[in-house]
This record gives sequence, C-alpha cells and structure tokens, in this order.
Amino acid sequence: MSALAVEVWRGGAQGAFQSFEVPRHPSQTVLDVVTYIQRSLDATLAYRFACRVGMCGSCAMSVNGVPRWTCRTHVDKVARENKLVIGPLRNLPVIRDLVTDMRGFFDKWARAKGSFAGTKTKRDDFARVAPDSADRRKVDAGIECIGCGVCYSACDVVAWNPDYLGPAALNRAWTLVKDERDVVKHERLRAVAGDAGCHACHTHMSCTERCPMGLAPTAAISGLKRAVLGSVLKGEL
Amino acid sequence: MNRHSSYWVFLVHRLSGIALALFLPVHFWALGDALQLDALLAWTEQPLVKFSEWALVVLLAAHLGAGLRVLALEFLPWRDWQKGLAAAAAALTLAAGLAFALAL
Amino acid sequence: MSAKAQSLLWIAQRASAALLALCVIVHLVTIIYAVQGGLSAAEIFGRTRGNVAWFVFYSIFVLGVAVHAPIGLRSVFIEWLGWRGRSRDVALVAFAALLAWMGMRAVFAVFA
Repeated sequence: MSALAVEVWRGGAQGAFQSFEVPRHPSQTVLDVVTYIQRSLDATLAYRFACRVGMCGSCAMSVNGVPRWTCRTHVDKVARENKLVIGPLRNLPVIRDLVTDMRGFFDKWARAKGSFAGTKTKRDDFARVAPDSADRRKVDAGIECIGCGVCYSACDVVAWNPDYLGPAALNRAWTLVKDERDVVKHERLRAVAGDAGCHACHTHMSCTERCPMGLAPTAAISGLKRAVLGSVLKGEL
Repeated sequence: MNRHSSYWVFLVHRLSGIALALFLPVHFWALGDALQLDALLAWTEQPLVKFSEWALVVLLAAHLGAGLRVLALEFLPWRDWQKGLAAAAAALTLAAGLAFALAL
Repeated sequence: MSAKAQSLLWIAQRASAALLALCVIVHLVTIIYAVQGGLSAAEIFGRTRGNVAWFVFYSIFVLGVAVHAPIGLRSVFIEWLGWRGRSRDVALVAFAALLAWMGMRAVFAVFA
C-alpha cells in the first residue's frame, strides 16, 4: 500500500507547513486524509467539517493551491506523485491551521445588501412568482449558493483589493435584484456599484470555474453591471 | 495554483494594456515630430525596431481580442460557449500578428 | 468618489472600448496595407495631409484613447500598486491630458 506525503499548514497568519505520511486508499477523499491526520497522527490539528457529503461547504480548504470542498475531492484526482499540500482558504484570516475566520466574508454579504426586504406580512396572501419568468430563471441560476467561500478564495481581485465585496456577496445581491418581491433594489444597486463592487470584476471567472454548486457568479456580476448602467441612465442611482 | 484560460486572457489583456499605455506617448511624440519623418522612417528599418513594431501590433490585437471578450461577457446573454471566448481572442491576435508579419 | 461617479467611469470605459474597437480595426487594416512595399515620408504625407476625413477619424481615436487608457490603468494602480486616495486619480487625469495633447499634436502634424 502506498503512502501520501502530505504538507499541512500549521499556525495562524505566521506558521509553516508540517509533513505527515498518510496511508493511501482507493476512493479516498482529502477530508479522509485530514481526518486521519487529526485522529491518528496529531490531535492538535484544527479543521472544519460537518456533513462529509458535499452539501454544507464547511470542509472547504486549499488543496494544492486550489480552493475545494475536501469531502468531494478525491485524492486520485489531485495527488500527483503521492503528494498533497493542504492549507486554509485564501483571502480569509487564519484562526488556526485549516480554520479561517469567515466573518469578513459574511460582513461583505451584508454590505452588498444581500438580504431580502419585502412588504408582505404573514397575514397577506402568498406572492405568486412564475418559475419560468425570465427574471425568476435568472434568480434560480444563482440561488443555490451555500456561502462556502470557495469562490471568494479563488478570486484574485479579492486578494488584490481588500474592499472588493467578492463573487458570493454580489451573486446573492443579483438574485435579490431580480426578485420581483424585493423592494430595496435601488439601495442594493448603489451598494454593489463602484470600485468595491461589481465594477471591479475583470471576468477572470475563477469563481465560476471553482464553484462546487456549478454557479456562475461572473454572470450575476455582469447582470449587476447592466442593472447599474440602466439605473444610472434612468437617473435612479 | 492551476490557472484556467480566462485567467490567462485577463493577464494578456492587462499586460498588453499597460504596454500600450507606455508606448502610446512615444508613438504620439514621434508622429508629432513629423518633419523628421524620413529620418525616423530610416531608423525604423532596423530589425529590432521592426520586431518591436510587430510586437506592438500583436499587443494591440491581443488587447482588442481580450477586450471584445469582456464586452461579450458583460453585455451578451450568458451562454456556455462564452468560455470559448478566450480561444477566440487568441485566434484574433494570431491572425493580426501573422498579417502584419507578412506585410513587413 | 461616489458609487455613481465610479459607475460612470465604468460606463465611459466600456463606451470608449466599443468606439476604440472600431478605430483599432480600421487602424490595423490601414497600417497593414500601408506598410506594404516600405514607407516614406513623402508617400505617407501625400495621402494624409489635408485629408479631413482621416483628421476627424484620428481625432476621435486620440480622444477615445485619452478616456480609455487612464481608466484602464486606474484598476492596475488600485489592484497592483495599492495606490489609494485622490493622488492616484489626479495622476490619471494628468496622464489623460498628456495623451490628448500629444495625440492631437500628432494628428495635426500628420493630417493638417
């Protein structure tokens, strides 16, 4: 049975990679590798996981420099010559080892006005939204985001510009801009326009490339650019 | 980190833009001094200068191709084939580079 | 700079990009045609001097460049140089003025 030579980040912002030897198995995921290290080799290793089955996004880490869900990343797919380098997600402060502080990620979500604001109360009838309307289709294309942070970590503009709201927050804002029930569209467009918002996206498309849910934040951000253009032309921004 | 084609086309777009922004003042200055144009043209016969001219045409075509890709992604309805735009930009650049090389 | 002003910069960038796409295609085709068989001042000026259509075309080209290049560099300055604050935009306006001035000087020299 072969063994994997695994480098794992230890420490906070300052730290170093520590080497571990991990038995290699068929159908092994990177999360299996991390779990083995923590249970059998070094109990002090800190990492996050929850569902283990590709639904929650908690296990997102940097694997050979690429942000991925480790429970959905097979070792066979990424380990060349039996080597793996595992680190915390990029663009987020490191709490310890493989655990990052995601507060900044969610703060930007709020700054992009990424929450729904409607006028109906529970006493009113349901809103009737046609699922095949053009707008609803656009919303549906981006609604499955679970806030895992992979796109945010993949984005170079986030790395270069700390103010940039990032693909997840902007994607969510887009799904709300296109939601016919929402009533704060103008404030939201103002929140997502400009140097820290949709206009900073240069269509690298790393977000779209890496999203484990198959979403296309680049498409959402392009939509926001067009929406802001319309808003400026109508004198609404 | 693995890099996909969209990242490379962005990098080409940005680097060619910077190169053009640095080159254009020189280009404008040389043309503005048109009275010395024959002396300038004689200078441009040198191989290194010829290569630089070709490189500038390629940079301009590359910047245009990558720029058209950005405009397509931002203004056209979203489609899967848009991932192939990076290749289209590269093809356009190559075509321009070849055309200029043949003309020289 | 307000979000609206930054949005206007983006709009100006894309609008000038579309304009310049046309100008560049015309320019590249013209240059590739013109360099056939070598260049001389007499040849060039014979075609360009007093040519109102080309004068107008290249004036538009120059002004488009004076808008497009500084806004493009602005992203580079923010992201790769970490240049924050007013001084960055002041420098870019100065660069725009330089491009416009030198460009129009060239247009006059070649086409007037």
